[in-house]
Amino acid sequence: MTPTVARVVDRVVEGPGTVTLVIELSDALTAPAPGQFNMLWAYGVGEVPISLCAVPPLTNVILHTIHDVGAVSHALCELRPGDQLGVRGPFGIGWDLTPARGQDVVVMAGGIGLAPLRPVVEAILADREAYGQVAVLLGARTPNDLLFPAETAAWSLSLQVETTVDRSAPGWTGDVGVVTTLLGRIRHNLTDAVAFVCGPEVMMRFGARALLDRGVSAEGIQVSMERNMQCAVTMCGHCQFGELFVCSDGPVFPWARVESMLGVREL
Amino acid sequence: MEDMFGSDDSRTRYPTTLEPEPAQQDDGAVRKPVAPQPQPQIEPQAFGGPLILTVADVDQLIRRLGADGRTVIGPKVDGPVIGYQPIGGAADLPSGWGDEQGPGHYRLRRRDDDALFGYALAPTSWKRYVFPARSELFRARREDGALAITTIPPARPRYAFIGMRACEIAALDVQRRVFMRPEAPDPTYAANTQDMFVVAVSCGSPAATCFCVSAGTGPEASGGYDIRLTEVNSTPNSPDHYFVANAGTQAGADVLAQLACKPASDSETGAATQIVQAAATAIGQGVKLDDVHELLARNRENPRWDDVAARCLSCGNCTMSCPTCFCSDVVDENPIGDDGVVRARVWASCFGVSYSQMHGGNARTSTSSRYRQWLTHKMSTWVDQFDVSGCVGCGRCITTCPVGIDIRTELEAIRATDTATKYPESVRPQTDEGLAT
Ligand SMILES: Cc1cc2nc3c(=O)[nH]c(=O)nc-3n(C[C@H](O)[C@H](O)[C@H](O)COP(=O)(O)OP(=O)(O)OC[C@H]3O[C@@H](n4cnc5c(N)ncnc54)[C@H](O)[C@@H]3O)c2cc1C
Ligand code: SF4
Ligand code: SF4
Ligand code: FES
Repeated sequence: MTPTVARVVDRVVEGPGTVTLVIELSDALTAPAPGQFNMLWAYGVGEVPISLCAVPPLTNVILHTIHDVGAVSHALCELRPGDQLGVRGPFGIGWDLTPARGQDVVVMAGGIGLAPLRPVVEAILADREAYGQVAVLLGARTPNDLLFPAETAAWSLSLQVETTVDRSAPGWTGDVGVVTTLLGRIRHNLTDAVAFVCGPEVMMRFGARALLDRGVSAEGIQVSMERNMQCAVTMCGHCQFGELFVCSDGPVFPWARVESMLGVREL
Repeated sequence: MEDMFGSDDSRTRYPTTLEPEPAQQDDGAVRKPVAPQPQPQIEPQAFGGPLILTVADVDQLIRRLGADGRTVIGPKVDGPVIGYQPIGGAADLPSGWGDEQGPGHYRLRRRDDDALFGYALAPTSWKRYVFPARSELFRARREDGALAITTIPPARPRYAFIGMRACEIAALDVQRRVFMRPEAPDPTYAANTQDMFVVAVSCGSPAATCFCVSAGTGPEASGGYDIRLTEVNSTPNSPDHYFVANAGTQAGADVLAQLACKPASDSETGAATQIVQAAATAIGQGVKLDDVHELLARNRENPRWDDVAARCLSCGNCTMSCPTCFCSDVVDENPIGDDGVVRARVWASCFGVSYSQMHGGNARTSTSSRYRQWLTHKMSTWVDQFDVSGCVGCGRCITTCPVGIDIRTELEAIRATDTATKYPESVRPQTDEGLAT
């Protein structure tokens, strides 16, 4: 459980309290898959799980988008180009894009949940012909919190991109409301669609239910779970969710696998 | 045992990068049957016939293992309890002491003989030797902005454990399945167990808290030992004090050969068998465990969890004393007066406030959900995860619980109210309630 030392080579401020770090590793990691995560270590503060927000071709360069919510994430967001940090990974089972090939796709992201979903959209764009109609539904607290505005604008050239915010702000002419309401914007039939959902747990529950209502099957919905993680290697116990270890059985699960457990309070 | 928790014995080195886990294939519908506890079987005569050891031979055994460079740990009176401590010879053993254990209750008792192993088991387990309460993973330092990580070479303590009970050997195997998965073996556990020497002692004086017979783990080890002893003391057939010894490995047979003891007679092995049988009868088959995997899986909303929560203090004693509980925190320690950082792994408990904390909320805030997590993990989801129950029936959680919560009683109460729910359909919470993060 010793991290490799890595160096921040670029730092992009995405919005209030959100930063993307471009990190260069001395040793290449195992090639990561979309939806996998790394344990990032801020020296002297701690280590937290952060998703790979891009899967670049060079395996010694990784990108992480971090929301500043507490001690470790704050220390990570404060890193500047040249600063060093520790990296372990990649860990976990990510998104399964295979069933989406040849099908219509819904990508639903709430807040920082877009970070682990960005590589999904990138993979679809890289092989656009292999997928049917693709809708990307984005929700954020305020217009300022919308992640990756340049990328999402570019995505809308070849995909349906819909955006909503919880609270409007001067200049915002788009939707206001929860991300699930954007499903109404999708005109095509979703019966055989495959959906990728990541966001706060309550949003994923609402989102999955709305997708089921629109005819998507429980097997066709994938969600990325979050739990406290200390080790990422099935040893510390913290990430347990029923019989599952979120760090290694997940973090991405088919909705059919977790639906009944999410219905049990405080499992 | 300060030094066992200190830096020297628990140093370890981890591989730089661990491979991701393969996906666990599980469709969620099919549940595994309850797996019996692992009992590696050693052929009775595989390493020679049973021998007879005297108290002086047991002393020699301990001394020889020590002289061989091993750290010998065994039972010893330690204040008001028997603990597993470093020992130098038979004189350190709790001669003439027994124990009395019950829910929230432990007392040392003087026996009317001079048995060396006349107690049930220590209220703290061997776990702290193989999986120390604190182990250092690495040290790091920042100089001119550059991070320097110093890995800590693993200490190889070469333990000899004297007086392991059958349930405790089963617990070692349960933890081995957690820490020694081939994809990511834990260097600390590996270093602490790879060259250990186990002297099992069959149980003759079980406690009221023991339920190894129900769990299928005791009272006599059928494998997992180098040497197994059964203590015979003042039985009607043979008034003298002796030990019937069986070797379970070549290493065990070699050590026994050095002691030059005589073979056991039929009446001597018969006396040993009787002692174990009497212990098994005293413990009884009283706890029904064959259905608990399913039982707990379908009783997540049983109101009994609230009942036990009204008594449970969320103190975590049960998890600390349990020989199989393996949870840990991984923390950065910043020692005062040192500009470096120590990354350490320390025991954690699922009853702890921060155990399931996330930045946006806590997955389990109520004691009810924490007790349910603990017991359901022990006896149900553990089977799904590791193909074995997480409970070996040692009874420690019963003894060390300050309010005397008895895992056996709680199981019975769940069974008596099987599939009862605190959420009848009319008040069932919608799935959007609960964790709002
Ligand atoms: C698989 C996975 C992927 C994630 N991906 C991202 C991402 O791409 N971007 C992002 O901004 N956030 C992500 N998170 C959430 C991120 O890990 C938490 O925000 C972070 O752990 C908070 O730690 P903190 O010290 O800043 O907060 P604090 O609230 O101060 O947390 C204190 C301690 O609690 C523990 N802790 C708190 N929350 C979590 C948590 N959610 N998971 C594990 N441990 C926790 C940590 O040990 C931490 O040191 C992800 C979480 C998971 C499980
Ligand atoms: S749960 Fe209790 S009885 Fe079972 S192994 Fe742990 S401490 Fe022993
Ligand atoms: S069951 Fe007993 S020992 Fe365990 S946390 Fe509750 S009060 Fe403490
Ligand atoms: S994070 Fe430690 S077991 Fe999953």
